[in-house]
Amino acid sequence: MSQAEAAGSLRAPRLLWTFGLLRSELLTTFRRWRTIALLAVLAGVPILVGIAVKIETSGGSSVGEGRGGGGGPAFISQITNNGLFLVFTALAATLPFFLPMAIGVIAGDAIAGEANSGTLRYLLVAPAGRTRLLLTKYATVMAFCLVATLVVAVSALTVGAILFPLGELTTISGTQISFTEGLGRALLIALIVAVSLIGVAALGLFVSTLTSSGIAAMATTVGLLITIQILDQIPQLHAIQPYFFSHYWLSFADLMRDPVYWDDLVKNLEIQALYAAVFGSAAWARFTAKDITA
Amino acid sequence: MYESRKPMDEESATEPGQSEPGDSVIATHGLTKRYRGGQLAVDGLDLTVPAGSVFGFLGPNGSGKTTTIRMLMGLIEPTSGTARVLGRPMPRASRTVLPHVGALIEGPALYGFLSGRDNLLRYDAADPTADPRTRRTRVATALDRVGLTAAAGKKAKAYSLGMKQRLGLAAALLQPRRLLVLDEPTNGLDPQGMREIRSLVRELASDGTTVFLSSHLLDEIEQVCTHAAVMAQGRLITQGAVADLAAGVRGRLVVTTPDSGDAARVLKEQGAADVVVTDDRVTAEPPDRDLAEVNAALVTAGVRVRGFGVERASLEDAFVALTGEGFDVAG
Repeated sequence: MSQAEAAGSLRAPRLLWTFGLLRSELLTTFRRWRTIALLAVLAGVPILVGIAVKIETSGGSSVGEGRGGGGGPAFISQITNNGLFLVFTALAATLPFFLPMAIGVIAGDAIAGEANSGTLRYLLVAPAGRTRLLLTKYATVMAFCLVATLVVAVSALTVGAILFPLGELTTISGTQISFTEGLGRALLIALIVAVSLIGVAALGLFVSTLTSSGIAAMATTVGLLITIQILDQIPQLHAIQPYFFSHYWLSFADLMRDPVYWDDLVKNLEIQALYAAVFGSAAWARFTAKDITA
Repeated sequence: MYESRKPMDEESATEPGQSEPGDSVIATHGLTKRYRGGQLAVDGLDLTVPAGSVFGFLGPNGSGKTTTIRMLMGLIEPTSGTARVLGRPMPRASRTVLPHVGALIEGPALYGFLSGRDNLLRYDAADPTADPRTRRTRVATALDRVGLTAAAGKKAKAYSLGMKQRLGLAAALLQPRRLLVLDEPTNGLDPQGMREIRSLVRELASDGTTVFLSSHLLDEIEQVCTHAAVMAQGRLITQGAVADLAAGVRGRLVVTTPDSGDAARVLKEQGAADVVVTDDRVTAEPPDRDLAEVNAALVTAGVRVRGFGVERASLEDAFVALTGEGFDVAG
């Protein structure tokens, strides 16, 4: 039988087969040295915080006395009593910058990096399908959000367990909860932190569809992130601050209240959904209409 | 000497990949692309690629070849005009058409941090019609076909240009294809590699695959192509069977003689134009009269003739005639 005859009886796309691209994308992303390096840096943060706290408190004094105002620092003074608090501290320390920066790198490079290396045109003539490729990229970036957050959490839990005692813990509201419940809340917080990054991921993906330079897309995304973080600190801008994707990030601390204070948590989820919808649509509109000349 | 090959299947045309014998595999009408800067890259292109042909697509740098190929592959939206590939409109029917098309566009593009094999596995996974159960086998076959089996495990960034080119070709051969679009497929290959690619193209064509080949090497086109088209400055200058294109140009009269000066004079007297003398060879455009008389005139004038004949026009001669001043082979 000739090649052409075989081609004549070619298969239709199968639903299950379309996920082959997602699998390939995940494998490709997590096998890159850059991804592994980013995760290694994220894993290093809790180790540094843990060691710093251990050294500072080795004389018997406690850390952070008198400056436990914000969501993050409220936890740090409790680390010496309970290693589980290192999880909350590490997430609070990485959420404003390290985590979104890592997401910005992965999301910014998602489309622009492929365009830069020319592989985008071969994926599209394969044919990956523009919508399918974009959805695959977004799903992979979100998977990276989850993995990155879990890396921080697991690293913090391990370091906390090694350096400090574990046991029952005191919530911000002052009530006692069991260690198992504390662990459950830690997992919930990690998930909320991962979800908090969806907005940045969508923004980065949109930026990635605008250029054929992976570096430019990464730099723009991280630049936007820093700008938003600065603007969020300027009191005169309080009218627009609730619309910043980072405004309610530290609301995850409310999960450590008893009972849990949901208002800001819900607002955070809403704003992330809004960013995902707006920038996801923008990325789709841009990418499906774009001339691929790279 | 050249024969257009007919597709081998004659099944019904319900599948997008099917085309009736004699159908065109690529057909564009008034295809135009104006880039945002106002630059007219492709201007009213009417291109027809017959099914089963090996079609040479020629033109100097910036003549609009690549833009045309990108429009055919659905990567670029035309400003106006239509393009049909395998009988379906592009880019609208990309999802149904492209699984039947293997393409090498503007050189290979690879993931440097992946091995050659993993690159192919990734490209294959991008095709939703590719069966994952046969993926490894098909990748191995494609690698074998381009002679890369031994280097399959090496990271692609360690590949030479020729090896990258071969891997790009392998990606185009992951599935049985109805149409292969190969942009400069022999770029970066050594002479042995070029020969291998040429025989691969012939082999694929004899299986009924239509091959659309862009190249700047005229003799390569002449060796493997049944049809050709020439572009310059965004416009199509000509298209047709290679034999017809070359036949459209008159051959040159060649006289081999030690008395080249006298021969040149006699030929001019006999009405031959564009007489060129190189050592013992005198060439000219043949005059409009019986060449036997021209030869007799030479002998009568005492010119000692060693050889007398008309050299068939090559494709290159055809292009020189078409483009006026030679073909810019830098493209």
